[in-house]
Amino acid sequence: MEKLLVLTHVDESGAALTKASLESVAAGVEFAGALGASLTIGIVGAQGEAAAEQVAGTAARVLIVCGEAFAQARYASDAAACEALARAAEATIVFAPASSRFARVVPGAAFQLGGFTDTHITSLAMGETLEACRWYYRQRVEAVVRRETRPWFLLLEGGTRAAWVASGDAPEVERVAVTLPALRTTVSGVRAPKLDEQTIRPEAKVLFVAGAGWTKKQADGQVHAAEAEQLILGFLRAADASLGSSKSLVDQSGENQPVLKFMTHMNQIGQTGATPRHPKGLSTCCHGEEPHVVGWRFITERRAVSLDPNCGWARGKADVLYVADAFKVMAKVNALLMEKNKAAN
Amino acid sequence: MANSFHIVVCASIVPDPLQTLEPAAGAGAPGLKNEMMLPAVLDPWAASALYEAANLAAKHPGSKVYLVSLGPKSKLQQVMMTVAQKVPFELVAVDGPLGGFTDAHSTAAALAEAITAIPGLEREHMLLFGGWESASRGAGVTMPVLGERLGITDQFQGVDEITVRDDGSFEVLERVEGGKHQVSVCAGAPAVLGWATGSLPEPRNSPQVGMANMRGIMPALQKAKSVKLDANGLSYVSVSLPKQQRVTRVVRDVPEDEIAREIVQWIAE
Repeated sequence: MEKLLVLTHVDESGAALTKASLESVAAGVEFAGALGASLTIGIVGAQGEAAAEQVAGTAARVLIVCGEAFAQARYASDAAACEALARAAEATIVFAPASSRFARVVPGAAFQLGGFTDTHITSLAMGETLEACRWYYRQRVEAVVRRETRPWFLLLEGGTRAAWVASGDAPEVERVAVTLPALRTTVSGVRAPKLDEQTIRPEAKVLFVAGAGWTKKQADGQVHAAEAEQLILGFLRAADASLGSSKSLVDQSGENQPVLKFMTHMNQIGQTGATPRHPKGLSTCCHGEEPHVVGWRFITERRAVSLDPNCGWARGKADVLYVADAFKVMAKVNALLMEKNKAAN
Repeated sequence: MANSFHIVVCASIVPDPLQTLEPAAGAGAPGLKNEMMLPAVLDPWAASALYEAANLAAKHPGSKVYLVSLGPKSKLQQVMMTVAQKVPFELVAVDGPLGGFTDAHSTAAALAEAITAIPGLEREHMLLFGGWESASRGAGVTMPVLGERLGITDQFQGVDEITVRDDGSFEVLERVEGGKHQVSVCAGAPAVLGWATGSLPEPRNSPQVGMANMRGIMPALQKAKSVKLDANGLSYVSVSLPKQQRVTRVVRDVPEDEIAREIVQWIAE
C-alpha cells in the first residue's frame, strides 16, 4: 500500500500555512483516496502547532518540525526537516508545493532518501497508477509521466487546484526531531527589488504585459519612454495589476536603448522568464511569435492591444485583439479606472 | 590564495528558442523531431551562471572557471565555437544524450562523476554554479541533487547576485515569491548556486579569449567520457504539443474611447 505524505510549510507569519501548501493538502486528500493510501501531513515552520489547525478535517496523521531553526528558509535545515518527516511517515509518495522554499530543498531531501523528484506538476490523475502532467521546453511541450521507483516526490505548481479549507477540531500533532548539520548560512531577510514601487503581484486578477513597442519611436518620430512609464504604472495602480514584460524590453537596459526604469528581469515572462497564473491578461505593444507566447500560457482570459492586426503574439493566442495605439487606449483606460475608483471610495 | 575560488559551471545545450519544436517518439524516452539538426545554444540560465562565474573569477585573482557540459560531442563542439569567444574557462565535456526528456537524477550523477575527476579541483574553494532550471527539462532538480552528491549542504536557487566579503563569506540574493529576493549570508565555499538571470549582460566576443579557450576545448572534447543516462523508473504516458489556437476577435476602426470602456468593463467582470 502506498503511503502518501504532503509536505507543507508556514508563511512569513510563521504560524499559518501558505496557500500553495493548502493546495497540496487538498491534492493529498483527493489522491490518498484514489490510491487507497494512508495520508500524513508534515509541517515545517517556527510555530507548526498553530498552523496544524488549518489541516483539520483531513483525517490525516499530522507531523511537525518546529522551532527557531525552521523559521528561516534555508537549504540545510529545510532539507533535514523534509527528510525527517518523510522518514517518520515512511512515505512512498510525497506531494509538496512548488514554492521557492521547497523547490530549493525537496530534490536534495529526496536524494538523501534514495528517492526521485518531478517538479512543476500542473495536474495529477489516476491511470494504472499515479500520473503527473508537466511541461518541457519552457511550456512548449506537455507530457504525462509516471515513476515506478519510490519514494517519489512531486512538487505541485501553485494555483492549479483549490486550497484545503479546515473543518472540525484541530488535529493531534506529533513532533518529529531533526538532527541538524552545521548551519553555515544565515537568512538575513527579504529585499524588494530597487524599484519605485512593487510591480509583481502574484495574487493580482490582471497581468499587464508590456512589450518593446512602448520604447520605440511613435507616430511623431519620437520615443515617449517617460509617458509610457506613467501610463503603465498608472494602470498597475488603478487596476491593482501585476506587470510582466517581453524579453526584448527588459534586455534593452543592457543595450543602451530607452528603458522603463521600473522594469527588471524579474518582470520577464516567456522562454527565460516566468509563466505567471492570473485570471486575465492584457498585452500591449508586444510582438513576436512562439517563444513569447509561453509567457501567458496559464492566463485564462487574454486580450491584446497592438497596431499590427496580424500580430503573431495576439492572433490565435488572445481572445480579443484591439488594433489601436496603446498609448491612447491606456490613457483612456486609466482615466476611466481612476474615475471608477474615485466613485467607489 | 585568500578568497580565490574554483568555480564549476554546469551548463548544457538546448535548442535555439526560436526553433519550432515537435515531440517525437524515441527508443526509450521521447525526443524532438530532427533533434540533432536543430541549432543549439548554451542553456540561457546556465549562460548567466557562466558570465557571473567569469566576473567573480576576474575579481578574485587565483580563481578558475571550469565549464562542465553534457551533450553529444558534435553538438557541444558546435556550441563551444560561440561560447568560447565570451569568457575564459576550461571545458570538461561529457558525451551524452541531448534533450529535456532524460532524467535529471542521472544527469546529476554523470556530472558529479565528471566534477570529481577534475584534476586539481579544490573542493574547499569550490562554488558550483549552474542554471536554476534548464530551458529543456526545466525541472530544477539537477543542481540540488548534484550538490548532495558532492556533499554540499549550502545551496541557493534562483540566484541573481553574489557579493563576496573580505572574510570569504558571501551574501546571496535568491528569487522568492512576489518579485522579491531572499538575502542570505553563507560562511564561504563550498556552495551550490543555481542562477536565474543574474545582472550581467552577455559579454562581447573576444578573439583573444576565443583563441585561449580553443586550445583546451578540442582536447577536452576528444577525451570526453561517454555516458548513458538511466531513466530511474521514469516513463512517459504521453508527450504532445498544447493546443494553442484561440478564435481571436479582431477589433479595428473603433475609437479609443470605446475600446477603453470595453477593457475596463472586462477587467471589472
